[in-house]
Amino acid sequence: MLAVLNPLMRLIEVPMKWMQDILGLKNPAWLFLLPNLILFGLFAFLPVIINFVYSFTGSDGILLADRPYVGSRNFDYLLDCSSYLDPNSCRDDFFWRAVHNTILFVILQVGLMVGFSLLTAIVLNRKIRARGFFRSVFFFPVLLSPVVVALIWKWILQREGVLNAWLEAVGLDSFNWLLDPSWAFGWSVFLSIWAHMGFYTLILLAGLQAIPRDVYEAAMMDRASPWRVFRRITLPLLMPTMLVVLVLALIKGVQTFDEIFAFTGGGPGSATTFIIQYIYNTGFAGTPRLFGLASAASIMLAIVLVILTFAQLWANRKNVDG
Amino acid sequence: MSMNSMKLLLASATAISGLAMSAGTAFAQEITYMCSSDGTECATAREIFDRFQEENPGVTVKIDEVPYKAIVESLPVQLAAGDAPDMAKVTDLGGLSEYYLDLSPYVDAAYWEKNFGGTLDWYRKGPEDKGIYGLHSQLTITGAYINKTLFEQAEVEVPGPDATWEDWAAATRDVAKKTETQFPMAMDRSGHRIAGPAISDGAKLLDENGVGILVDEGFTTYVKKFVEWNNDGTMARDVWASTGGSAYQAADKEFINGQLVYYYSGSWQVAKMDEQIGDAFDWEVVGTPCGVGGCTGMPGGAGIVGFASTEHPELVAKAIDYLAQEANYAEMTAKTKNIPAHAAVAAKGVEYSDASPAAAAALNAWSAQVSKISPVAYAYQGYKNNRAMFNISVERITQAIVGELTVEEAMDRAKEDLKQALAETK
Repeated sequence: MLAVLNPLMRLIEVPMKWMQDILGLKNPAWLFLLPNLILFGLFAFLPVIINFVYSFTGSDGILLADRPYVGSRNFDYLLDCSSYLDPNSCRDDFFWRAVHNTILFVILQVGLMVGFSLLTAIVLNRKIRARGFFRSVFFFPVLLSPVVVALIWKWILQREGVLNAWLEAVGLDSFNWLLDPSWAFGWSVFLSIWAHMGFYTLILLAGLQAIPRDVYEAAMMDRASPWRVFRRITLPLLMPTMLVVLVLALIKGVQTFDEIFAFTGGGPGSATTFIIQYIYNTGFAGTPRLFGLASAASIMLAIVLVILTFAQLWANRKNVDG
Repeated sequence: MSMNSMKLLLASATAISGLAMSAGTAFAQEITYMCSSDGTECATAREIFDRFQEENPGVTVKIDEVPYKAIVESLPVQLAAGDAPDMAKVTDLGGLSEYYLDLSPYVDAAYWEKNFGGTLDWYRKGPEDKGIYGLHSQLTITGAYINKTLFEQAEVEVPGPDATWEDWAAATRDVAKKTETQFPMAMDRSGHRIAGPAISDGAKLLDENGVGILVDEGFTTYVKKFVEWNNDGTMARDVWASTGGSAYQAADKEFINGQLVYYYSGSWQVAKMDEQIGDAFDWEVVGTPCGVGGCTGMPGGAGIVGFASTEHPELVAKAIDYLAQEANYAEMTAKTKNIPAHAAVAAKGVEYSDASPAAAAALNAWSAQVSKISPVAYAYQGYKNNRAMFNISVERITQAIVGELTVEEAMDRAKEDLKQALAETK
């Protein structure tokens, strides 16, 4: 094997040495990174810069040349509120309704989802019958496209949907679930949990399986109750994984858009309009297209996401450091 | 044959075939038409363009059929980015005017002015602009359909041509109650749709200088009624309240399924009604309800325009002009079951040969409504920023329906939204 590889390696060595002679010892690394840097720069970094610049411009023109500089006007417009707790007191009430909806959604969705995921992971970690099947069942919705998820639940919950058919079949009144703002919001939380729970369950399951068995055996010998075992052993040892799950779910929750947009369209009214949909509506679906305002809103969202990302990095590091 | 003669022959053949290929390339021209269809518009355009291609060898008109959403949302971005098709079917007639190709240097302007004089202004940049930009292929008018069978079953008299919105609301509630029909009335979720009834109630929508104001006493009067009807069950609340943003939502399925007594939509639904209702029940087009501002619907529709960015302006103009010729236009109108915007075609009448008696009667009823359209409605349809006003109407009225705002708050917000939209528009 080496007899074949050595001549090949020598062949590569020639241009490598030539490159080092020209570029020096350290610089060839940049050459290898260049393709990725160009792609990253074009498709990630450049849009961020453009977005930042656009947030300080006005008009409905797309090209920068058609967009006058307006200073912080877009940010001022978004932040112009008598009370941030009451969207009706804000100049852009849609933005603050979206912010309120997003905060409430994230609190409910993340809290409930992490709780259910933990419960499911604990159950699936036990030696139950058809464990593999149930693990697949809980993970299956993660594989579905967000639009498919939305359409499935829309067909179940719409006025003439499956749920109302069942209710009528057992003699109960049907109800227009997606026409009432509170119910529509509640179902949006449920749908999102249903669609994503499997992913977090899998991470927590891996965390549970990483807990050494001898710790449990020692607890059994000490006759510790199941609740005590959970509280004193499982939960503390799972905490680093929980932290990662929590931060990941938070980031994903703040970014919620596609499935809820396909599910309710942000309605009734603006009851299920979240911050990403506000940005989409303002920048792309409305007339005129207010790219400046949408960019300003996305900058504000980006700040929140950066904070959450740092929290995730911190949680990861804590996890690695033990 | 000697080797030299052979070489000479080969060289000549290569040169001739090269020349032929380059000549072919020089004459072959392809233009792309971005089309969306409510029924058979794109297929009919294909048939006519096939003849155009036969008459113009080397020319290809490629039809790119897209969903209506792409015309509304993607096309403006493509245009602004300089990546537009050669021609497209558009509905934001005035809003995209800055991108249109002026056809007047290439077409018989007198013919266009004579036959499309009523709609040419809708495509122009302003009163000073005298260019010819769009072929109004689909003249539409908003108005109502009723389920006549339900009226007969309920033994309720159909309100007459001078009936008000209140008369219709009372009659349809009565019918729905007696026939246990789910919804008395419904209106498409669209700012364009609600404009007609608002104008009938006295809304002016534009000021004396032709600039958008949207909210005035007439507009507020109708919105109040509309919100109340959505909340007391007269109007199908699902249509306006169940979604967010300014998304369009129709109630055609409810009407076709016989769950709706009165459906306020427009003339473009005739083909669908004809095809999907069949003989399930009798339906007909009724006069638009009246108010202090008249009994008006909104004119509108779609047109075919070329874009100034095209590399083949003459060919684009020639293709659009071909569609505009009387015989082709009449064929297009008949096959797509639309109301003609072409004066000569309208004067001669369209023979909707493959339409059922119900559809033919409906199309004639729509044509009769055209004379009732208020000048306010024409002006609003031709207003460059009307789409911003349509969207604002939908968003704010929906908020009033679901209780996020009162009608007064919604109207105040609508005024502010419009101010901001106009300030941001180039």
